[in-house]
Formats: sequence, C-alpha cells, structure tokens
Amino acid sequence: MTDVTSQAPSPAQSGPAQSLGFYAIWAVCILGVILLPLIFTSGGSHTTFSLIGIAIIFALSYNILLGQTGLLSFGHAVYYGLGGFLAVHGMNAIVAHELPVPLPFVPLIGGFAGLVFALVIGWVSTQRAGTVFAMISLGVGELVASSSLILRSFFGGEAGITTNRTDLPTIFGLSFGPQIQVYYLIAFWLVISAIGMYALTRTPLGRMCNAVRDNPERVQFIGYDPHVVRYLAFCFAGFFAGIAGALAAINFEIANAAYLGAVQSGVVLFAAFIGGVSYFFGPILGAIVVTMLQLELADITSVWQLYFGIIFIGIVMFAPGGIASLLMMHRPLLRAGTLPMVLPSYLIAIVPTLLFACGVILGIEVLGAYSQGSADSTTIRLFRIPFEAASPMTWLAAVVLTIGGFFVARMTWRGIAGAWDRAAMAARERGYLS
Amino acid sequence: MTTAIEMRAVEKKFGNVRIIQDLNLTVGKGERHAIIGPNGAGKSTTFNLISGHITPTSGEINLNGDPIAGLRPFEINRRGLSRSFQVTNVFAKMTVWENIRCAVLWATGHRYAFWKNVDSLPEVRRRTAEILEDIHLTERRDVPAGLLTYAEQRELEIGITIAGGANVIMLDEPTAGMSNTETERAVALIRRLTEGRTLVIVEHDMSVVFGLADRISVLVYGNIIASGTPEEIRGNPKVKEAYLGEEEH
Amino acid sequence: MLELIVISTLNGVLFGMLLFLLSSGLTVIFSMMGVLNFAHASFYMLGAFFGYQLTKWIGFWPALIFAPLLVSLIGMAVERYGLRQTHKHGHVAELLLTFGLAFAIEQVVQMIWGKLPMDYRVPAILDFPAFTIFSTNYPAYKMFMLLISVAIFIALLVTLKRTRVGLIVQAALTHPNMVAHLGHNVGRVFMLVFGVGTALAAVAGVIAGPALVTQSDMAALLGPILFVVIVVGGLGSLPGAFVASLLIGLIQTFAVSMNGSLASLFGPLDPSIGPSLLTDIWNVTIAQIAPILPYVLLVLVLIVRPMGLMGTRES
Ligand SMILES: Nc1ncnc2c1ncn2[C@@H]1O[C@H](COP(=O)(O)OP(=O)(O)OP(=O)(O)O)[C@@H](O)[C@H]1O
Ligand SMILES: [Mg+2]
Repeated sequence: MTDVTSQAPSPAQSGPAQSLGFYAIWAVCILGVILLPLIFTSGGSHTTFSLIGIAIIFALSYNILLGQTGLLSFGHAVYYGLGGFLAVHGMNAIVAHELPVPLPFVPLIGGFAGLVFALVIGWVSTQRAGTVFAMISLGVGELVASSSLILRSFFGGEAGITTNRTDLPTIFGLSFGPQIQVYYLIAFWLVISAIGMYALTRTPLGRMCNAVRDNPERVQFIGYDPHVVRYLAFCFAGFFAGIAGALAAINFEIANAAYLGAVQSGVVLFAAFIGGVSYFFGPILGAIVVTMLQLELADITSVWQLYFGIIFIGIVMFAPGGIASLLMMHRPLLRAGTLPMVLPSYLIAIVPTLLFACGVILGIEVLGAYSQGSADSTTIRLFRIPFEAASPMTWLAAVVLTIGGFFVARMTWRGIAGAWDRAAMAARERGYLS
Repeated sequence: MTTAIEMRAVEKKFGNVRIIQDLNLTVGKGERHAIIGPNGAGKSTTFNLISGHITPTSGEINLNGDPIAGLRPFEINRRGLSRSFQVTNVFAKMTVWENIRCAVLWATGHRYAFWKNVDSLPEVRRRTAEILEDIHLTERRDVPAGLLTYAEQRELEIGITIAGGANVIMLDEPTAGMSNTETERAVALIRRLTEGRTLVIVEHDMSVVFGLADRISVLVYGNIIASGTPEEIRGNPKVKEAYLGEEEH
Repeated sequence: MLELIVISTLNGVLFGMLLFLLSSGLTVIFSMMGVLNFAHASFYMLGAFFGYQLTKWIGFWPALIFAPLLVSLIGMAVERYGLRQTHKHGHVAELLLTFGLAFAIEQVVQMIWGKLPMDYRVPAILDFPAFTIFSTNYPAYKMFMLLISVAIFIALLVTLKRTRVGLIVQAALTHPNMVAHLGHNVGRVFMLVFGVGTALAAVAGVIAGPALVTQSDMAALLGPILFVVIVVGGLGSLPGAFVASLLIGLIQTFAVSMNGSLASLFGPLDPSIGPSLLTDIWNVTIAQIAPILPYVLLVLVLIVRPMGLMGTRES
C-alpha cells in the first residue's frame, strides 16, 4: 500500500555547501515565523498565524505515520484531542491547586497525554500495516469519539470543557491574554517540534521507518522487527499530535468532542496529502494551504468544503506527490537551466485551465443556489458578476465553460507534457537527472 | 561445535501438499555449501524455513547448536544468519547508500536509536562505504535502488545480505539472469566476501556450483537425496538419475 | 420480555440484511480490486436521496428501479475515470480517492438537499401493520424490506454459483492475485462489479430511506460500521461479511432496546461520590453504548483474531 508515499525523499547529503544551504533554509523559516506577526499586525492575522502554527505541528506529526512509515491513519485526531483535553484538565488543576507551572509548559502535558495513549493503543494497531492498520485507526477513532459523548464528566459532553489560560502563573511577566503572546507561544513550540521531527527522520529509527515503509518484509532479514519500528513511530506521532492539541486548547481555551472526531482526522490527512507526504516540508505547505482555505473559502462560499473535496480528489488523481512534489519536480530542470523550456507551455495552459475552473465553479454555485433557492433571490455573485441561477443562459454558460474549457485545457496539458519531456531530456544530457 | 546449520527431519506442508519431507541437512562451520535441485524442488522453501520466513510443520532446525525453528526472521538474523532472495528484494525507493546503511545499523548496535544522528556515526559510515566498494556500487550510491540495472540490483541484494556481518550467509540464486561476465564477477565477489564465513548457496549454474562449493546437497521433491563433496556428487548414480541426467548440464 | 426479543430479532435481522446488501458489494470490490471503497456508504446515501427525489417525481416503484440504475452509472463512471486513472499510483491513492469522494458526495448532497432530514414516506400500499405480535404492530414495509433483501441475497447467490462473471468473482475472492491474469476484459469486469456493488448499495438506500432517516449524514454514520462488518467478517470473505452483518445488526438492535446499566444491576452509587468517570460508567445504559459496540467488537476481533471471523488472509 505504499506506492504513493515513497517517492525517494532526497537525503541530506552533507557537502559543506549543501549543509550551509540547509541551515540557511531553516534560519529563514524561523525568522519568518518570528517576523510575520510584526509585519501583519491585525488581530485577525495573528489568529490565523496561530491556527496555521498548530496545523503545521499536527500535519507534521501525521506525516511521521503516512510519509515516513507508510501508515495511513484515519484516526490521528484521537491523540490531538486527548492532548487537548488533558491540557485543559491540567490547566484547571494547575489553577485549582495553585501549582507553580506556567502556561508555556502546558503543551508538554498534551504531548505526554498523546504519547501515553499512543503507547497503549499503538501496540495492537501497529501489528499490521496497510489496510488493517487503516481500519483499526478508523475504529479506534470512532470508539474514542463516541466514548467522549458518554464519559461526560471528563469530556464535558457536547459543550466540552473550558479553561482560562490567563489564570496560570505568569512567566517573564507574560499573561498570555493577548493573541500575539499566544502566537509566540505556539511559534516557540512549532519551531521546537519541527526541529524535533526533522531530527527524528535523521536518526537510525527514522531511517528504518522509511525502510519499513518501502519493504517491511526485507526489514526483518536485516535484524529489525517492523512492528517495533511502526510502534515507535506511532508513539512519536502521538506525542507531537498531543502537543498540537494542547496548543489548540490553549488557543481556544476549550476542548470539545470535535477535537478528536473524524472530521479533524480527515482534515489532517487532507493537509498532509495535499502538501505532499514524500518531503518533510510537504505537510507544512499543506497545513498552510488547508488552514487558509478553511478560513478564506468559508467567507466566500457556503459550499467551501465541496471545493476542498474536489481539490483533494484532483491532487490524489493527478499529483499524488502533492504540492511539494510538484515543486521539487522542477529542481533538476532549474539546476540544468532547462526550466525556461517548460514555462511558456504553462502560460499557454493557464488561460483555458482557468476557464475550465470557472465553469466548474459557476456550475457548482448555480446548482447550489438553485436547489437551495430561497424565495427571495436566486441571484449569485461570482467574481462580482451577478448570475441568475434560474436562467437557462447561466446554466448554458457553465456547461460550455466546463466542457469547452476542459477539452481546450487538455490540449494545452499535452503541450506541457511534451515540453517537459524535452526539458527533462536536455537536463539528462547535462547530467542533472538520472 | 562444528556445525553451523543443522536440519533434522524437517517437514513443511502448504495446506495438504507436503513440499518438504523428512529433510536432513548439515552445514559445517566455514563451509561453502551448495544446494542444487530441479525447479520447484523446495530449495527456496528450505531457505525460508531456515531464515524464519516460514515455520516448519515439524522437525528441528539448529543454528550453531541452538534451536531456531519458530523464531521470527529478525531474531534469527540477530543470531548471525543473513539471507538473500531469489527475487530481488531491496528498498526500491531508497538510494543504494541508504539500502546498505539500513543493513548495517542493527549489527553496529544502533538498533531503534532515536537520539543519534545517523549521518554522524563513523562506524556506520565506514562500513557502508566499505560494502559499497566491495559490491562495486560506490559510483551509484545516490541512485534509488529501483533504478539500478538488474545485475546491479543483484549485487545490491548480496551487499544487503552481507552488510550486517553475519557468520552464516545464505544466497538464493545470486547469479540468476546474469551474463557470463557478470556471473564471473559475482562469483569472485561472493568468494571474497564470504571468506571465513559459512556460505549456503542455491545455484542452477553447475560451473558456479562446482567451482565454489566445498560440499553439495541435492534436493529433489523436498528431500535431500545426496550430500557430499563435488566429486562424490558427480559420481553419485542417484543424482545422475534424478537430476543431472534429466537436465543438460 | 419475549415480545422484546421477538421484535428485536426481527429488526436485527432486517438491519443485518441491509448491512449485507452493502458489505457484499464492498467485499467483492475489495477482493477484486484491492480497494477499500470508502465511498460505498455514500452510494447508499445517493440511493436514498435519488429514491426520495424520484418517488416525488415518478412514484416509489419506478424509483426503486431507476435510482439504483442511476447510482450504478455514477459508480461505473467513478471506476472508469477515477479509480482506473489512480490505480498506477497505488492502493493508498485509490483508498484516498474514495475517501475524498465520500467527502465530496456528502457536500453535494448537502448543497442540493440541505442538512435536514427528507420527508421520505413509506408508499401508501405498504403503510399498514403486517401483523400484531403481543401488543406491537409490525409494519408491512419492514417485511417488504426484509423480502427484498432476502430476494437479492438469493439472486446474488445464484449469480455467484451459476454465471461466468460469478465464477470470476469467486476466483477473485479465493485468489486475489490471479485477477490480473484474467485477460484483456478485466477492465470491463471491474466496471461491472463496481456498478453492481454500488447498485446494491443504492437499493439498500432506496428501501431504507423511508424506514430510517434520509439525511446528508447517513453515509458518515453508516460507513464506519460497514468497515467494521467486513473487517470483523474477514476481509475478502463473503460468508464472513454475511455473518458479521447479521451479528452487528442484532447486537446493535438489541443494545438499543436495553436500558440496563451497572446502576440498575447493582444499585446506584453512594451519592457522596459526585460526578466522575466512575459515575459516568456506572450510570450509562446499554442503549447509550450501542453506537460504540461495533467498534469495541472490531478492536476485540482484531486483537484476538486479526484475519476476522472467517477470513483467511491478514491484510
Ligand atoms: N507459500 C507457498 N504456498 C504454497 N505452495 C508453495 C509456497 N511456497 C512454495 N510453494 C511450492 O513449493 C514448491 C517448492 O518451491 P520452491 O520455491 O522452494 O522451489 P525452488 O526449489 O526454489 O525452485 P526454483 O528453482 O524454481 O527456485 C513449489 O511447487 C511451490 O509452488
Ligand atoms: Mg527458488
């Protein structure tokens, strides 16, 4: 079951120039994390950045399973959610018993909660990989999510349980009331977790995770128990998911059943996969894209989740390596200097592809407006242009754009493929592509 | 103690079909032992039994005097037995370097370590480079294993098998499908790499078998019908009849 | 008590047969193509909604025919243009495609029909009590559902045992690796199997729609239970799927009708204890834990017998 997840990630071969570049990338990213909220100073953007930070940790933790070890989980939110709940309980206990634990340490509570549950649940569920693992993760996910509604005293039923982060002992005079302070708390844990998870991929265990992903049978004949490798990976994934959950609990000052439900598990899968599981930075991109989509699309259209689903399906079918692979594909061309050979074909393709996309969007919006058609109005506005959903002309436009756009676009896509072949050939001749 | 592998009255059934029956085999320490036999005789199945890939229905298997029947493959591997596969079985999406390095990790004692940087383990690095040099793949170290040529993949397969430094090496048709020059090179490689170790090899190419082996066992229908030095096997009438006679070697 | 047992058994068998209509298709699709179709329950939901809409337009009986046909067309298109395209990227990609599809179908249904339950009624001629047992009227429509599912069950059995495609399917069930060697028409067989599988799911949707709730979350509620069924039964085993369907149908139905709790067995806890995990567990009724029972069963089965009740392979 691992074909998608295993397009050889390039190992960090440590030439001095490359390792310099490697540290430079990390430095730039960390600098970006620090500077962004100083550039975008509105409260709204601070909230957005906070959510993205949490989503990145969660998606990276998910990728320890899917991308690194080849384990497809449908229930990763269990560890995120339990991390969140235990963080809230922990914070309330800290306040109630006046313990000297300041807020920045609370994510550790979540992390250890995730770790403990992963230690317990993981031993059984990682016995097998593949479909059986996927099904167990789904079953455990449903089990925990349903139980959370029964065990009300711990999970607080539908409403969840709340806390107040400003009641905790302060540290360095920070109250963590303002969003910007919460952001930096999240950013701190983001940097720590990202470095930790990256370092994990460079350890003997991390390398063996890849080996188990590629060929669990062979691993047994070089001395390793694939079950143990999967189990350890699962525990790390649980730990970092718990940290993310705790940060979410700190951010929202609440933990509820939605934290550990199927939707949350699905979103993290979407994020990791859309970003690309075969590169370490893939899930980071995915988490950014998915969080932005969640926040932005929801404002524009009521059926934003449908677009979400369509984007996901498109990625699965046409670019199963995700955004990261699409980007990294161009690296050898860039190095060989043959990238300009493909760019014109992109420019040609962009127009019909956009028209096709517009047709699909128009079709969906019109269908939505028409079928939910409240009496007052079936007029929709798309790109500031009003459309009458009940008018046949609108329907016709949608159909023509979709079908016509598709066929023209398909021709231009073939053009891209041709240009690619030529560019790759040239790159190969220059020795940049094997 | 002088035996490396000892199989006594081993039987293996798949469903109701008895593939291995009353199989007795002794491989001495430091010996180069070849197993020959017609297609479907059960040679690979014997390998699978010894290496723990499958468990025998009944019978005893000992490695260096200790019973190993029923142990998992990695437990047997940790006791110093390593095998290759007839059908190339490498980590196709990982580079040649990573393939070998993974095979070195357990033996160098790093196990499941998640607190060490794998790139800065000098012992691992040195041994990986050494093995790559041995199997002539240093040039190709950064190529994903799946993109190697067939002969290169077979050499990588051997490399992974010996990388852990096991005392008992089992190779299942290492030269199958190779050209003559490639075979010669592979045989020289095997001879050099298994110096001072025990080798069990399955091979169809009789020139390889008779050139390499100290002892030969002939497996027909899941049963060893003869076992001895190359001369003894050459002269054995049962072998001639059952095996050498019917094939054009 | 006896009344409860009889009625619950009837309902349980009915629910079990409905589950089997779905799990049979899912099992066959999995065995032949190696794809766990996450969207299978979504086709069931589409069946219910198409059934509802077509009933409004052309009546229940034509809807019973046409809704499954429509759904199976969609199913075949998914196989032809979706799965076949994705196949080269491996099973994870295929599984994820159906996962995305399940998500998208739910959104489309929500967009068109909204989030509220539909007013999908039992057809008038079947709207009477079939018989009265003790004091309970058992509705004729439920007997009709039972009849249809049993009829399909028999038809399936005959198809499997007597037709060429049936033989191929059977061969695929026992030797999944051999399917690739079937020859050049393997694509057509896959499409057909997918079409029939989704049509069966849709039939279940059309007939279950009026009896259960026709709502946009019905796929998300049933889907995981379906996976429990086929994993508990043993991946790739049709008899296993049958047994597990009935088992889960009965367990769920009986659990829902039972109000017992530890508190009712052993008496309430000392009130001074106050609300805690213990009181939660003490007071929860069997009916309340009914939704989690299938998952408990799943986890238990996977621990004790990972190949499932009647399965032969592990994954
Ligand atoms: N897992 C299995 N299940 C059922 N039968 C098996 C299994 N593995 C091997 N066999 C059967 O056992 C017999 C011996 O197979 P084996 O692979 O050991 O032969 P071999 O001597 O290695 O042949 P070759 O020279 O072709 O490699 C064959 O008839 C094969 O079909
Ligand atoms: Mg063989």
